[in-house]
Amino acid sequence: MGKAFKYGDNVDTDVIIPARYLSTFDPAELAKHCMEDIDAGFAGAVRPGDVIVGGSNFGCGSSREHAPVAIKGSGVACVIASSFARIFYRNSFNAGMPILESGEAAERIRAGDEVEVDFARGAIRNITRDESYRAEPFPPFIAKLIECGGLVDYVKSLGE
Amino acid sequence: MGMTMTQKILAAHAGLKEVKAGQFIEAGLDIVLANDITGPPAAKEFARMGAKSVFDPDKVVLVPDHFTPNRDIKAAAQCAELRAFAREQGIVNYFELGAMGIEHALLPEKGLVVAGDSVIGADSHTCTYGALGAFSTGVGSTDMAAGMATGRAWFKVPAAMRFEITGRLQGWVSGKDVILHIIGMIGVGGALYKSMEFVGPGLKSLSMDDRFTIANMAVEAGAKNGIFEVDDVTRAYMSAHVNRSGRPEKRARAYSPDDDASYERTIGIHLPDIRPTVAFPHLPENTRAIDDVGEIPIDQVVIGSCTNGRLGDMEAAASILKGRKVAEGVRCIIFPGTQQIYLECLRKGYAEIFVEAGAVLSTPTCGPCIGGHMGVLAAGERAVSTTNRNFVGRMGHVDSEVYLASPAVAAASAVAGRIANPDEVVV
Repeated sequence: MGKAFKYGDNVDTDVIIPARYLSTFDPAELAKHCMEDIDAGFAGAVRPGDVIVGGSNFGCGSSREHAPVAIKGSGVACVIASSFARIFYRNSFNAGMPILESGEAAERIRAGDEVEVDFARGAIRNITRDESYRAEPFPPFIAKLIECGGLVDYVKSLGE
Repeated sequence: MGMTMTQKILAAHAGLKEVKAGQFIEAGLDIVLANDITGPPAAKEFARMGAKSVFDPDKVVLVPDHFTPNRDIKAAAQCAELRAFAREQGIVNYFELGAMGIEHALLPEKGLVVAGDSVIGADSHTCTYGALGAFSTGVGSTDMAAGMATGRAWFKVPAAMRFEITGRLQGWVSGKDVILHIIGMIGVGGALYKSMEFVGPGLKSLSMDDRFTIANMAVEAGAKNGIFEVDDVTRAYMSAHVNRSGRPEKRARAYSPDDDASYERTIGIHLPDIRPTVAFPHLPENTRAIDDVGEIPIDQVVIGSCTNGRLGDMEAAASILKGRKVAEGVRCIIFPGTQQIYLECLRKGYAEIFVEAGAVLSTPTCGPCIGGHMGVLAAGERAVSTTNRNFVGRMGHVDSEVYLASPAVAAASAVAGRIANPDEVVV
């Protein structure tokens, strides 16, 4: 369970982690500057288990995998959005950063709401408002990737 | 059911007779690309996968172009990691400073991508090569690592939007204005997960440089890829840029969409209707025709990048800056995309024109576009830039502003000291 940080549509990877900090891939280092250009207070306020809620096209822009790595390094348990930009979508699975697509949750959840996420079931509960939302189920191929433990383990399993 | 150009290339690389939008496939790769920011993490993931050697040292391309020439010690360390990996793996197409260019200008110039190829790159603007009739898309470092290890990648076959181009470009209007106009029309999520396929009789008036610019910014509409139908312009470019660095010349293969291919939406683009176009902060979709821009004073002009650092772009800038001066109080930075383009700027006299005008001519680098180095903006500063993104903080301070435009508009703006129509400056 955690608190929701709420943002709008088209949250780009430049504001998630500005390019000036891309001289490292260390999650803790990147986390210090996570969301810096859209919400300068984020890094100081975020606590393990919190969630980020965005609108449509979350994670658009640069292909930097540093973006989901920075969010994961911040302790965020899940990113919920009505839709994700495609590279960010792929990168999140590869970086082990849970994401869920739910237009309803993206619309209803307000900043500061207490939210509980059951990633495996795609169930989102808003404790503050006493509401529940469903996330889009993952396509079978993606579900298989998640089950394998991500792309690194999937490729490993091919070699075995 | 027929297939789009993208679907045909994916089917061919997956060894399937047919693919449909929404289907998950694994496809073979002809080129796997990374740079100094995305390459080092990919090398680490590659090792974590238990991989020992890349699937084909001729097909992995590594280009240290982002924070180079090394901007600080950390950037130097990242480049050293990339260099060490390239040496250890015997990567044929590793481009050291001096041979290095901005990756998406460099690969086509070196003949490393041809029509019909399937390409992934750990850089979102990898979609640029769609200009050649290739399937090409951006991925992150882990996907790139898996591509290096296996020579394959998984894809969800994209649905598509069809852009039917008619007429000819008018006056100073270029490929940049066409793609800004389209993004303004459909929005930054307008082609989310989809292919943007460009066809029609108007293609023949678009130079390869125009097409590279258009395909380059497909990602700015959320697209998985942008792709152009192959014609004589493409074929002439490919025969002039044959890969002589590695194995024998690659065979290009041109794919046209089937007559009954399924497109979610078809949009007609009549080139004579397009005006020089500017995208206002802070999204590429915030476009206005030059006539509706108003009085916007500027501090900096940036001409170059993977979007607009090609010879045609340099030529447009030179034709406006020739015999004119950059306005007082404006800093103008011009950076050709590759060493070859830089050399052409010297030979054709553009370099002299730029320096005489009071602009600086920089080595190829991604630095200014991403607020990395070589032209970072302070709080409150405003730039006109031929790059691809004008997000908050993209080129520097979070309170700076970026206006995206063509090289002609950017050069005219440098002279006028405010965003200007080239027609006002070149009378």
